Amino acid sequence: MFTVMAVIWGVLGMFAGVYIAMELTWPIFNFDTPAITFGRLRPVHTTLVIFGFGGSALFATSYYVVQRTCQVRLSSDFLASVTFWGWQISVALAAISYMAGYTQAREYAEMVWPIDILIAVTWVTYLYVFVHTLIRRSQPHIYVANWFFVAFILATAVLHIFNNMEVPVSVFSLKSYSLHAGVQDAMTQWWYGHNAVGFFLTAAFLGMMYYFVPKQAGRPVYSYRLSIIHFWALVFLYMWVGAHHLHWTALPDWTSTLAATFSILLLLPSWGGMINGIMTLSGAWDKLRSDPVIRFLIVALSFYGMSTFEGPLMSLKSVNALSHYTDWTIGHVHSGALGWVAMVTFGSFYHLIPRLWETKMYSDRLIFLHFWLATIGIVVYISAMWIAGVGQGLMLRAFDEYGNLAYTFIETVEFLKNPYAVRAFGGMFFLAGMIIMAYNVFMTIRQSRVERATLEAKLAAKLANV
Amino acid sequence: MKHEKIETHAGLLIVLTLIVISIGGLVEIVPLYFIDSTVEEVKVSGIETVRPYTPLELRGRDLYQREGCYLCHSQMIRPFRDEKLRYGHYSLAAESKYDHPFQWGSKRTGPDLARVGKKYSNEWHVQHLIAPRSVVKESIMPNYRWLIETPLQFNDIADRMRALRLVGVPYSATQEEYEDNVKRFGEEVAKQLDITEAKNNLIQEAISHNYDGITAEITEMEALVAYLQVLGTMVDFKQFEDGYFSTFR
Repeated sequence: MFTVMAVIWGVLGMFAGVYIAMELTWPIFNFDTPAITFGRLRPVHTTLVIFGFGGSALFATSYYVVQRTCQVRLSSDFLASVTFWGWQISVALAAISYMAGYTQAREYAEMVWPIDILIAVTWVTYLYVFVHTLIRRSQPHIYVANWFFVAFILATAVLHIFNNMEVPVSVFSLKSYSLHAGVQDAMTQWWYGHNAVGFFLTAAFLGMMYYFVPKQAGRPVYSYRLSIIHFWALVFLYMWVGAHHLHWTALPDWTSTLAATFSILLLLPSWGGMINGIMTLSGAWDKLRSDPVIRFLIVALSFYGMSTFEGPLMSLKSVNALSHYTDWTIGHVHSGALGWVAMVTFGSFYHLIPRLWETKMYSDRLIFLHFWLATIGIVVYISAMWIAGVGQGLMLRAFDEYGNLAYTFIETVEFLKNPYAVRAFGGMFFLAGMIIMAYNVFMTIRQSRVERATLEAKLAAKLANV
Repeated sequence: MKHEKIETHAGLLIVLTLIVISIGGLVEIVPLYFIDSTVEEVKVSGIETVRPYTPLELRGRDLYQREGCYLCHSQMIRPFRDEKLRYGHYSLAAESKYDHPFQWGSKRTGPDLARVGKKYSNEWHVQHLIAPRSVVKESIMPNYRWLIETPLQFNDIADRMRALRLVGVPYSATQEEYEDNVKRFGEEVAKQLDITEAKNNLIQEAISHNYDGITAEITEMEALVAYLQVLGTMVDFKQFEDGYFSTFR
């Protein structure tokens, strides 16, 4: 169920992304309609892809992995379905409420307070189901993938609760004001914001990687010791780095310096994970030619390595002075979100779906097509954003020979026109791949139903003969 | 201790993970509440010049959030030469100390707005919000025509101020708090912060300033322009010696 919803949210969320990219290129697409202007649709895009697509994918894979690796069923099917409905309803309500203009106006935490409460309840249920299943495992050891899932669920609970402390205007009003203000609010928000990336989009997806990569490659995890070290280092260091989103702001220097330092350190555990994944795949290189799942996984790991190198680079204050507030950041996020998160999800899903529905994927050729559309789409997207970000950053700080500003702000906006068009184009490629995947999954499920029906018919015929 | 012990005990794994993930946040967030120099003191002859928003400005700020302006406009000027020339003095922490939530932003698809107040006329703002490309040809901002067509809702303005008072904004609910505000902000400002007079104050401000140029009714445009016009105007940097604010950094 979560798998199917992840695919659906993926299509919707990426469509919203392509649409707002078009709005930025051709403002006419706002159509003077409040519900679909950029400012309201952007949270719809981020929420649908991060929480709808990413979140559902994580529920699906974590439930799958914990059952396989612990060799027990989930502790409660009922509670698991509570988490399913709680989550889907939260995501749907969030999207609708943003379009209607209800928001907390804090990035990636825009949900209004009743939705926050629904999410908190759902999440605690998730924690309970997951941990309870772990405790009932029939294996003595907790497999490494599950460490990452545990850390992700715990950290997300802590982040969600502390970042959403707020006072509603009244019981009947959806509007609320956050408990913190100014500097403290900014720090709390980016502590949350960056760790939504760190735990939601990284740690948990590493959990996914640690199950599906060895499984698909048919080889054991390269280094067990490396997985221990990089796990603890990653969960410790990530929590420190949020303030690098606030370099050169009114946040005190000591905090942002600390964040920059830890951001550099974070390169080590990040690459620890990447190396462990790639080394696990090595020796199975021949499969790259024949196995589309391996292709998705290796590209995902490569993008993970690249964006976790780019991240610490951008967290250096001198680089950040140029990159911050520009599209470079947008490009960076997408190389992580499309290149790593989405690609590892696609790979895992193509592994998991045939097993869940006890059949084969409907079409391997469509998987290859998806792979190429996605890869080309990402490369086009992030190249456009590098040009846009670095270009605008340089223009804004350029001076003429008299020491005056060389460009007005609006001149830099003009410059962005072409990169923005190219970006929308790259996004369309990626979206097209996603739609093909949805079609492929739909046909696979249908095929499985047909197969099962014929099997049952055969069985019935046999029984009738006896 | 061998790692095997952690791997075979779910409870231990959970407790240790919780401890490890808590440290970073505790070290970076908690001190911000206790180190005094985090937020600058901005006083001119004993009066605090950074004040909470008036009821009309507050409604404007709510609308700024509703439309997601923060997704394209930052409100945080960094201490660089180009930003000083383009936007003005770098932003102080004190200037957003009543901002629940902060609106510093993370992306400048449009220019920074931290000091946009009083830079353009009300008429310019109204025209620009209705049809940005009619004043700036190359702009990619959406048209916000509905702001001038929609009457401003302010029935719950007192509730909004009470909620903010709960999180620490000095809106006054009692005579005692009011007098306290008179001492801190001066009488004129203190009157605006009085929750019991909120509705009246809002209407009065709309009538006397007429930000939207329409006298028949109070539109959403009225509130939003009122908010934009106050941004970055609360600190008069001429009143302070050079280098005063850098002592806080």
